Formats: sequence, C-alpha cells, structure tokens
Amino acid sequence: MSAAVLEIDYGTPAASGEPVTLTIDGRAVTVPAGTSLIRAAKAIGTTVPKLCATDTLEAFGSCRLCLVEIEGRAGTPAACTTPVAAGMVVRTQTPLLQRLRRNVMELYISDHPLDCLTCAADGECELQDMAGAVGLREVRYGTEIETHLALPCDESNPYFAFDPAKCIVCSRCVRACDEIQGTFAITIQDRGFASKVAASQDEPFMGSECVSCGACVQACPTAALTETAVIEIGLPERSEVTTCGYCGVGCAFKAEMRGETLVRMTPWKDGKANHGHSCVKGRFAWGYATHRDRVLEPMIRGSIEEPWRKVPWDEAIAYAASEFKRIEAKYGAHALGGITSSRCTNEETYLVQKMIRARFGVNNVDTCARVCHSPTGYGLKTTLGTSAGTQDFDSVDHSDVIVVIGANPTDAHPVFASRMKRRLRAGAKLIVIDPRRIDLVRTPHIEAAHHLALKPGTNVAVLTAMAHVIVTEGLADEAFVKARCDLEDYRAWADFAARPEHAPEAVAVATGVNPTELRAAARLYATGGNAAIYYGLGVTEHSQGTTAVMAIANLAMATGNIGRPGVGVNPLRGQNNVQGSCDMGSFPHELTGYRHISDPALRASFEAEWGVPLDAEPGLRIPNMLDAATEGRFKALYIQGEDILQSDPNTHHVAAALAAMECVVVHDLFLNETARYAHVFLPGSTFLEKNGTFTNAERRIQPVRKVMSPMNGYEDWEVTQLLSTALGYPMTYAHPSEIMDEIARLTPTFSGVSYELLDRVGSVQWPCNEAAPEGTPVMHMERFVRGLGKFVITEYVPTDEKIGPRYPLLLTTGRILSQYNVGAQTRRTENEIWHEEDLLEIHPHDAEERGVRDGDWVRLASRTGETTLRAQVTDRVAPGVVYTTFHHPTTQANVVTTEFTDWATDCPEYKVTAVQVSPSNGPSAWQREYENLSRRTRRVAETEPGE
Amino acid sequence: MTDPPENLIRRANQIARFFATQPEGAAGAAQHLRAFWDPSMRAAITAWRAAGGGGLEPVAAAAVDLLDEAAPQRSATS
Repeated sequence: MSAAVLEIDYGTPAASGEPVTLTIDGRAVTVPAGTSLIRAAKAIGTTVPKLCATDTLEAFGSCRLCLVEIEGRAGTPAACTTPVAAGMVVRTQTPLLQRLRRNVMELYISDHPLDCLTCAADGECELQDMAGAVGLREVRYGTEIETHLALPCDESNPYFAFDPAKCIVCSRCVRACDEIQGTFAITIQDRGFASKVAASQDEPFMGSECVSCGACVQACPTAALTETAVIEIGLPERSEVTTCGYCGVGCAFKAEMRGETLVRMTPWKDGKANHGHSCVKGRFAWGYATHRDRVLEPMIRGSIEEPWRKVPWDEAIAYAASEFKRIEAKYGAHALGGITSSRCTNEETYLVQKMIRARFGVNNVDTCARVCHSPTGYGLKTTLGTSAGTQDFDSVDHSDVIVVIGANPTDAHPVFASRMKRRLRAGAKLIVIDPRRIDLVRTPHIEAAHHLALKPGTNVAVLTAMAHVIVTEGLADEAFVKARCDLEDYRAWADFAARPEHAPEAVAVATGVNPTELRAAARLYATGGNAAIYYGLGVTEHSQGTTAVMAIANLAMATGNIGRPGVGVNPLRGQNNVQGSCDMGSFPHELTGYRHISDPALRASFEAEWGVPLDAEPGLRIPNMLDAATEGRFKALYIQGEDILQSDPNTHHVAAALAAMECVVVHDLFLNETARYAHVFLPGSTFLEKNGTFTNAERRIQPVRKVMSPMNGYEDWEVTQLLSTALGYPMTYAHPSEIMDEIARLTPTFSGVSYELLDRVGSVQWPCNEAAPEGTPVMHMERFVRGLGKFVITEYVPTDEKIGPRYPLLLTTGRILSQYNVGAQTRRTENEIWHEEDLLEIHPHDAEERGVRDGDWVRLASRTGETTLRAQVTDRVAPGVVYTTFHHPTTQANVVTTEFTDWATDCPEYKVTAVQVSPSNGPSAWQREYENLSRRTRRVAETEPGE
Repeated sequence: MTDPPENLIRRANQIARFFATQPEGAAGAAQHLRAFWDPSMRAAITAWRAAGGGGLEPVAAAAVDLLDEAAPQRSATS
C-alpha cells in the first residue's frame, strides 16, 4: 500500500503549439506555444503563487497572486493569463512582486476565519499554503472591518458543505461547474464586496440545479466546499489509484484512506477515461461498501422455506459443491450453469466461465450483458469484425456532428456526457434520436439540431430511412466504401435502402418522426464533417436490437465516418465491466476474445492450458436456462454479482424458474432479490476490497486496486477458486495478475496485457499485443478487423408486442442519474434522497384522459403482470408513451416487461411493453404478497451452526 | 404429439424473418441456430418439426430442415 498519491497542479491546461524558448528566473525553458507563464515556470520546477488558477480550468486571472515581471513590458501581468513568447525574459520573484503578493494575501486573510487548527482542510488548504509562500506575517486591518465571516454554512447536500465564510470568491467552483461539468448551477452573485458564490437563484445546494458531481469541491482551494466525510473523519493519510465500480465510463479515482476507512474518492487527473472528473455516484455514493445490510458470513439452507443458517466458509463451499455434484450425478452436467457479472473484474468473470466449462464440461455460462449489450457484440462483429466500440472517449473532441440514439448520457454516463457537452458548446451539432426529450435535447448552452422523437420499437425504420436519404441523395462516401468495404454487399444494401418504402415519408406513420426533420438529420450526419454515433440500451433492448446495431454500422461505413478520431460507432456500456465480462468469454458460444467454441484449434489451445476436454457446442443463455428450469431440465445455478430476479424481464417467469431449481448459489454483497430463491449465499467483496481489472466502454483495461481488507474474508476470485477446487477442479492462483497472465496467453487481443504494463502506463485499450504494444485507441484505422466492412440489409420488422384496446400505451424503461441499475448499491447510500421511488412519467394528455394527477398512485398493467407506482405528469414523454426506472424492488418494473427478445441474442425487449395505466389507491396485491415473501425468505436462524 | 415448444418456435421465426431478407436465406438461419442454440434446443425444434408440428414460418421450417441434416449429438434431456 502506497502513501498518498501526489498530483502536480501546473496552473493552467497544457498547450500543443510549436516549441517556444524563453527565460524564467535566468533559466531557459522550451514549451509549446500557447503555454501560460505559470505552466512554463512549473516545467522548470518554479511554483508561482496562485489561488484562482488550476490546470483543470481555463486561466481566469482574478486572484492577482501569480503576478510576474517581464523585461520590456510595463506592469506586473498575471502568469496564468499571459502566454509565453520567444525570447521573453520573466522574473517570478522580485521585491516588488513579493510586496504585491503579500498585500493581496493580507486582504484575503482579513476576511477569512483564522481557525486553521480546527478547519477540515488544515494541511491541504491552498490559501494556507499561499500565506506561507508569500511570507505573510501580519494582517493590519484589525477586527472592526466588515467581513463575510458570519454567513451561514449550507449543509443541505449530504455529501459536501458550503461555508461562505471560508470562500475567497476565486470562481474556481463556478468555472468547474461551467467548463468541466457543464451544468452552470453555480454563479457569482452581486458585485464588489457583496460578491458571493450562489447555487442557482441563491438557493441551498440541495434545492438548486447542482447535480453533486463534486467538480466544485474538487476545485475549491480552501475549505469553503468540503466533503462531509472529511469534516466528520478528518483528512486521509494514504491513497491508491483505482477504477470506479459504477458505469461503463470507468473513471479513475484516488481512493483516499485513513487506516481501513475510506475517507473520500477523488477523481484522478491522469485517468484517461475521466481526466479528473466524476459524478455523484463514483465521487460520493460508496457508503454501500460498509452498509449494515452487507452479509459477511456465508449461509446455507435446504429449501427457501427454511431460515438461513450462518456457517463457516468451508462448510458453505463444501455444501454448494456437494449439491452441485449431486445434481450433476442425478440430472447430468447440462442441468448446471453459471452467470458472470459485469460488476466483477475481468479475472473474476474469467474464472467463473472457466469453472463451468472446465469442471462441468458444458458451456452453460452467460453474463448480465445478455440483457443489455449482447446485440452490440453480434451486430458489430458481423459488420466490422469485433464486438467493441471503435473509439476512445477523447475522440469526441474531434467530432463535428454527434448522434445520440437510445442513450441518456447525462443520467447514465454523466462524466462522458460532460465531455460531450463541452464539445457541443464548442460548436459541434447534435442529433438526438429518442422517444423522450432527454436532458441533452435542451440544456444550458446546448440545443439539439434535431430531435427525432420516434415511437418505441422503430429504431430500425428510422435508421434505414436515414440510409435511404444518404443513398438517394448521393451523400455516401463512395471512395471510402470502395476502398474499405465489400462492394457487392454495399450495392445490395444501397439498392435495399433506396427502395421507396424506406423513404422518411413512407415510414413516418410507423415511426412518428417528421420526414423533413429526418431528412435534415441524415444530411447533417452525412455532410457535417466528422460524425460520431453514440448509442445505448435504447438501441439494443428491442426485438430488433441487433439489426439496429448493424444499421448504425451501415451508416458509419456508408458515410466514411469510421476509422479515425472524431467519428465511429460507440456503444455506451451500462455497467463498469460490461465490455470486460464479454471479452472474457462469458457468452455460452464463445471463449475469450469473441472466438466461437466450435473452432477445434481454439478449443485445443484452451484444453492444453486447462487440462480438460471442452464441449464444442454452445451452451444455454440466461433466458434459455430459465426456460429449461421451468421445464424441469435445469437444476443448479451459480450467480456471481447479478440480481436476475430484479433485473431480468418478466419477474414472474424468473421467479418460477428459480423456484424450480434445486440449488441456487448467490454470490453477492447483499441478500438481493434473487437470494430469496437461493440455497447458498456466498458473501461478495466490493471493488475496494479486491485486486483486478475492469474494461470500460472504450476497451480500456484499468486496474482495480485493493485499498481495504475484504470484510467477508475473501476477494471474489478467491471464492470461485475455493468452489472450483471443492468441485474437484483445483485452482491455485496466488494473485489476479496470474489470472490475467493466463488470459493473455490464450487471447491474441490481450497478449500484451499484464499488471506490470498497467502499473507502468496506467491503462491500455485492447487490442494490446505485438502489433500494438501500448494498445489501440481507435480501431479499424487501416482496415476493418474482419477485412472488408460488411453492409447488412436491415429490414424493419415491427415487434410482436402490440398496443391495443386493453393495453394502449407503450412503456419504455431507463435510468436516473442518482441511482444505478437495480439500485442494490445506490439505494444504500445518501443518493436515495434524490430518487426514493420509481415514478411513472406520463404525458398530460394521457394523464387527463385517465383522471391521473401528478403524484397519484397508478396501476401499471401489461399482459405479464402489474404493479403500482406514483405518476409524474410531464411532456418529456410523447402522448402514448410512458416511462419508468427499475431501481427499486418495491416497484419491480420488470413485473410488467415481457419475454420478447432480440432475434439474434435473446436480449430482452425492455424498451417496448404495451401497458395500461389507471388510478390506484396503493400497492398491488402482488406487491403485498412479494413483501411477505421477502420477509419469509430472508429469515436467518439465530442458533449457532451445528446446533 | 407433445406440447409445442412455443418459445423456440417464436425465436426460430424471429431469426428466420431476419435471414429471409439476407442473401443466405434459410441456410443463414440454420447456421445461426447451430452457432447460438444449445443442442437441446435444436433437438427440440427438430423433433417438433419431424413430428409434423406447426407454427414455423417457411424460412424457419427450411432452416430447421437443414439442421436435421446435421443432427446434434446430444439429446434434449442429456
């Protein structure tokens, strides 16, 4: 464990101009043109005193502390706002500068509480540091002057406090909110002495537009904005760089510790995915790691009607192994399977699929990516040759046109959304294709050029109509197509797209999209410069999810928008390790690196490494396992880090399938909803308690570092190893680095990956091998992975889920900023105050027709089930469409979603369910029954083990 | 005749509707079933078709017939 990881602040952002040489304090320095004097000085080790400047923000020049003298120039310019020039001679320390800086500091300190010894920031306060740096020894203004010291502290936000008495009005927080986060929630109110930092219209932070990303807290040079945890615990004494356990952006953080206690998570400036930014989840919502609900002792029971019995680890592992062996002997190995988790590390998912394949000789292993981005895998592998996004996140800085389809980045991928908004504020054009008016459509200083508010389920029709416009109006990049793609496929596709039935006017009734708007959007995408497509689960979670992914790839290839920075096809992955869990061979038909299990040479390489023969046939996917269970053919399941009862569609069906199994092993942090039907509970470890790697949405493999001991006693990979060994397939890894070494030996796209490399370079994007020893930021640069790009015909096939008199509305589901997936983590943090319950968004017209008012309880019913929740009347959704989230088990939105799935991958069609909404007076009978079941199945026997 | 494997019939028809528009047609659908369906599922749909069961659309039926030429090695209950 290292001491505190140090970060250097260079004062202003880096520049990239031609080299310029100047002299600072008698020493020559060469830096890129555009570099500030303060940064140039830092390059030779000279720290110019500063307060308002920091290298994550543009120079502002307000604090008047970084003054310098320049030969031949009058006055004392600020070093942060003055760029270097060739031959310039600069002095940073002279008697005049010393006097001026002292005077400035004296003014600051005259209006600052002198409570350093009891201040939360004592020891890391830049104001305190600068007072020392300028040699301030006295304040001559006395105590009778007017000050801001009596202003009240704003403690409304659960994660940080704002104490205006300690504010020096340097605007760093304001600029961080504007430049980095892009929310514009903070301002400097009034002028002169009355100037003060204010959130929104001088409201408490909690009631303002603030999204609690923490950028302002990070930027504050004093204790004016301080983390509540620091106020309560004190400053950390050591830190380690690790990777966030929430979404697929994969932000790097410094986990800052005091002993075994996590004090705060601060975004790591050198993190290549987040560049020092964060969101409310990664920055603050880690309290679940030590929440009282965590189950730390293994438990077993003979049936779900019995109370749980706490047992030692060896007994739990032996029991699970004996049950699996019993079931194997009775029903055959094909009655068993496993599910890997996109919340666990690469090494952990690799071990689970290895255990299932190697020990049981079957391929019944799947992952929760089945229910989110499996169509991305199939669609992109078919068209481009590999199952991954084409760009790095930095690519967006080079985009001129950004298409966001079926994604809500400000809520689900907030740190990347901030990056995207920054580019949009700089002039890039935005096209949003989404049934809802997501925040990006109109947000401070951003307005979408086109919002195609399509009807749920019609992505393929809209994307094919865009192709129609591109082909028939001669907007395709034929030179690119001829050089890079299969021409025969292209011509067939172009003929298909050009058919009149695919014209925007022809599909308008089906899609609900104004054809003029659609044509304009297609023209902008094809001709607006570098055009990039970002998409999410609103594309994949449909019966034609895979077809839509291929339609996106078609558009990118047809317009030449692929193979360089600024363009590409970019799936925004939901959970932190969706990409990695797929890379690691979690799907039943393929081994690591997306290679089909039927390949004899591939199997032979794994068989040699693993020492056992492998089955050449694909295994069961999650929905197939559940179907087989209800048919009595599938009996045992090991589930690591996934809550299928809450997250998978048609809850009644999932419950029936779990109830039909004879041994369900849940390996998780909490007794989740699935655990109601479990027979063995193996406590899991958090991302703070283990070593490993996560791979984010840009294929970036990043280290996860253990900063505290596992509260349950074992890291998750160790638990799988114990289970495998007990089952008779010994695993003896001493550290996850050995697992990664094995992955690298077996996987050409990972052959250059090692913990040594990650420690050296921080992170790396696969493919990382001999051809690309430090990874691949942008794929398909010279040629597609499959050789020639493949155009695929994308005929629109309407979903079988139809609206009708009984169910006249279409339900679509999604996420909210403060909550994450099934909420198991975020519901156990203060984030709960932003979203205490799932709400049903309904258009005012539909609400009025049903006599529903804002806040009313409503019954939400589909042909598969019903639930109740409160209504939120809003025109964010179109008439005929309703929307909700799935973060709360008491709502169980998936009670109403159906068994319909994507044709190619069985990814559930979460985004289209025909429903009816009617007034209700409280929870449904099902919810009450579920509450009873919950109580009954969570009982833990009080007797000691063995009694 | 046993109960129709409705889930499999529905899924096979969905797959067939995609491949019906592709140059590969039923052969593409059959290859998809081989590549992504567990042998027990392939055996079940093949058995249903062999027993004269209905519900499969023409391209799906043709794809299942192609599967029959290369019968899976495992039975539905193994």
